Amino acid sequence: MRAPLSLKIGLAITLTWVLLAAFAPWLTPWNPTKIDAAQALQPMSAEHLLGTDSVGRDLLARLLYGARIDLLAAVAGVIGPFVLGTTIGLLAGYSGGWLDALLMRILEVTISFPYFVLVIALVSILGPGLKSYIISLTIVNWVTYARLVRAETLVLTGADFILAARVLGFGRLRIMGRHIFPNAIVPSAVFLMTDAVLTIVLGSSLGFLGLGVQPPTPEWGVMIAEGRTYLGSAWWISLCPGIALCSLAFGLSLVADGVAKLLDPEA
Amino acid sequence: MSRFAFLLRRPFELIPVFLGISLISFVLLQLTPGDPVRLLLGPKASPEAVALVRARYGLDQPVIVQYLYYLKNLAVGDFGQSIAFRSAIGPVLLDRIGPTVYLLVYGLSLSVLMTLGLGVAAARSRGGAVDQVIRLICVVGVGVPSYFVGLLLVLVFSLKFKLFPVSGYDPSPWTNLYHLFLPALTIAVSVTPILTRNFRATLLQQMNAGYAIAALSKGVPERSVFWRHVFWNSLLPTISLFGVVASFLIGGTVVIENVFNIPGLGLLLVRSVLSRDYLVVQGVTLVMGLGIVISNLLIDVLTAALDPRIKT
Repeated sequence: MRAPLSLKIGLAITLTWVLLAAFAPWLTPWNPTKIDAAQALQPMSAEHLLGTDSVGRDLLARLLYGARIDLLAAVAGVIGPFVLGTTIGLLAGYSGGWLDALLMRILEVTISFPYFVLVIALVSILGPGLKSYIISLTIVNWVTYARLVRAETLVLTGADFILAARVLGFGRLRIMGRHIFPNAIVPSAVFLMTDAVLTIVLGSSLGFLGLGVQPPTPEWGVMIAEGRTYLGSAWWISLCPGIALCSLAFGLSLVADGVAKLLDPEA
Repeated sequence: MSRFAFLLRRPFELIPVFLGISLISFVLLQLTPGDPVRLLLGPKASPEAVALVRARYGLDQPVIVQYLYYLKNLAVGDFGQSIAFRSAIGPVLLDRIGPTVYLLVYGLSLSVLMTLGLGVAAARSRGGAVDQVIRLICVVGVGVPSYFVGLLLVLVFSLKFKLFPVSGYDPSPWTNLYHLFLPALTIAVSVTPILTRNFRATLLQQMNAGYAIAALSKGVPERSVFWRHVFWNSLLPTISLFGVVASFLIGGTVVIENVFNIPGLGLLLVRSVLSRDYLVVQGVTLVMGLGIVISNLLIDVLTAALDPRIKT
């Protein structure tokens, strides 16, 4: 099985951002949160490679340190829903009965709500910040994973090898964990990559609206919002983090596309 | 008319959905930090006023009774009082629905035009250069945040070429076609990739369907098979995708209204979160949830109207 080209390019882009984020302190001499009013709104120069923002902070430094926050937000924002959703989907699918019915009602109501609006409503209760973003996302986004895993579990529960395991006298937990889980997880693992793209966009949108990561922490959405006022004069303040965000999202969607192709060449 | 008979049944089927939505927004309010009475009246209220509100919203009762009170108040359009607006929330919400719906419909219309064009172009050059380019646009498009697209459009069309206003809203629906062009275009750009992918796939699938091959082997020109049969049959699956897109779109307007300063529900939502006007947040959440229900109903009607085979 050969890896598709899109997967290679996607991995290269994503890995580049991971490395840039990891080695940020060695790649730039500037402090991303140090204010220097005398240096405000400088265009690109040898000293400040991408220029400075409205309070004189070096944009390249903020961009590189921002990559840490955005990557963290993407990973953390995906893992919570994945773990919770997979567990619930497995439980609902395998146990059936009233537990399944109850969980599926909760799922239906959550799905009928506009996703982003519900996240914002939860953030308003928990207060803006990275932590409440992760909690809200987990509460709202587990449904997609639960639905995928449950559907697979239902199919697998009827399969011969599960029947065989049951006949051999294996316990419920062992059947769920050792036999159903590894098989049921494939579609939701594929979706995980697509979800990472959506999550990174969502996290930065919250930052942009002032409901996510709070200034002065460098986060790309926050940086884009900070540059809005200067769009006419100092366009690079908004444009640089915007392009960074698009490139990372593009890399991740190529990876998602490639992984899906690799696992299911028919599609 | 019997195929629209489900419309009579549908309101009853919607009751559990509505209860679910109201339950979510009620739970949101329960989770809100602080005393709900103080939320309504502010910290300087007199003890009499506090007692009055407690009785009116049933706040001295068990939670389940409070929920019934909440439903009763919703039924008469009482969403409570906004702290920031110093007025009842119901009318405030009502004022904000217009701009949001206008923006949604405008954006969706642009998106439908783009989807039809791109989808047909891609399917007709299957595997060719045009198809590849459109596919790439779709992959890139999914990952571009809509607020960034909005800012780019402002930068190019408003600030550089001065063709469109930077932001704002006009009460007249006709001039708004001009005023809201950029925000509507932003919305269209955000959903078109999803719709186009789906429409292209359906077109290709229908091109290989039995009836299309039969028509071709009878000697019907390929062009007319495509435009008279395949094209129309491919519309329906894409329309049913609108249900998924609707939720995505409503979330999208929240961001875009904030980019372009459009006085709709989305701008209200974000402002209210920032000013901790919890009851307004809850009201907007409820209205947007209802919006999804209504849009799903509209899709059902549209589907039934277009395809008599479908039994809803």
